[in-house]
Amino acid sequence: MLEVKGIEKSFDDIKVLKGVDIKVSKGDVVTIIGPSGSGKTTLLRCINFLERAQAGEMIFDDVHYRLNAMSRKDIAALRKKTGFVFQNYNLFRNKTALQNVTEGLIVARRMPREAAKAAGLRALEKVGLADRADAYPHQLSGGQQQRVAIARAIVSEPEVIFFDEPTSALDPELVGEVLAVMRDLAAEGRTMLIVTHEMRFARSVASHVIFMDDGVIVEEGKPQDIFDNPSQERTKRFLATVREGFAPNLYPQT
Amino acid sequence: MNGRVWQLLLDSFWQILLPGIRVTIPLTLVSFSLGLIIALITAMVQVANIPVVKQIARIYVWIIRGTPLLVQLFVIFYGLPSAGIILDAIPSAIIVFSFNTGAYASETIRAAIESVPVGQIEAGYCVGMSYLQIMARIVLPQALRTAFPPLSNSLIGLVKDTSLAANITVVEMFLAGQRIAANSLQVMAIYCEVAFIYLLFCTVLTKLQSYCEKRMKTY
Repeated sequence: MLEVKGIEKSFDDIKVLKGVDIKVSKGDVVTIIGPSGSGKTTLLRCINFLERAQAGEMIFDDVHYRLNAMSRKDIAALRKKTGFVFQNYNLFRNKTALQNVTEGLIVARRMPREAAKAAGLRALEKVGLADRADAYPHQLSGGQQQRVAIARAIVSEPEVIFFDEPTSALDPELVGEVLAVMRDLAAEGRTMLIVTHEMRFARSVASHVIFMDDGVIVEEGKPQDIFDNPSQERTKRFLATVREGFAPNLYPQT
Repeated sequence: MNGRVWQLLLDSFWQILLPGIRVTIPLTLVSFSLGLIIALITAMVQVANIPVVKQIARIYVWIIRGTPLLVQLFVIFYGLPSAGIILDAIPSAIIVFSFNTGAYASETIRAAIESVPVGQIEAGYCVGMSYLQIMARIVLPQALRTAFPPLSNSLIGLVKDTSLAANITVVEMFLAGQRIAANSLQVMAIYCEVAFIYLLFCTVLTKLQSYCEKRMKTY
């Protein structure tokens, strides 16, 4: 469904992505793990054109695109097929939870207000926040804001949802509720591409795990293979550091 | 102060207030409204980074902020006729005050727009909105709330600055007061009265400002 080949991105003289290939099929839950600065977030942002890649191509629903020569129209069309969840939620501060969810439907997709509202409430229901539909972002906890952001990303029934470290900005006790929502989405068979630091989560929901370091994919495969039996030295080192750094009891069971 | 002075103050109160209501207030409101439109456009072309137009906007702000308001009034009213452009006093004043407000307020609005986190703009793109839709529905509403207190400041400043139009023959509150002071010779009393009426106007605006700020505190 979505395939990216040879994606390259530099900021000034620093090469952040050095030719990355990714393939996501319908129903896949792909998690990308790796140390800070490895290019995971940049990769996701390039795929949704929040950053412009300097090289690479994309195949979305069998249509080929060259990443460094995208027209504004192509970008707008592709974005309508995807959803994006940010690390910092990025809710519209001047809109209620429901308005945040329906804004794109009404303004960008020209859906009638009533239909959009019904779809918005269903999406909020799915993330367990239908009762907070009229709350403004500042009246919600971080976990609730992120769940609204997830509702906003899924309300248009996108073909693939991108998650950029969705729990990294949250207090530890709020991580669980967000991961639970994402687990539900995965169980529904939604296609998801997730950059995360939650190793336990990455392992349990993923159908495919990608380990990135220094702008390249070092290793990828089934979660058991990557986590229990990594073949690359760099992967082993990273997993060892992560296991040591994070005591398991810091995380709520989700 | 004797009774005669009190009587004079009472008599002159309406003679000063009336040009205030008929000239100072409309002059302020019209200039401020036009100024806000100019400011919004000037701020937007800079934020949207439109080449050439953006440079013109910067030059406009630079010139207006770098020259005295009084001199600008003289250039337009006394200077332009020698270039063949003759404008009445009131239109001259409106032009100068509008462009003056526009320059200062554009900086306020520009800063307020830039204070809206860029992540919300990215989120707007991700739900399929266009740049203009994001500006109109997400960024500007938040920016205008941030800009409201400093813009209120500009409005209050403008009320008082309109007194400078007295220098180009606009019979607003100050010039009306000046004439009364000259005739009655009660200079101190009359100018204090003029000041008091300006203070009244600005007090109303200050109250209005805090009322509006409370109303805007929904998000």
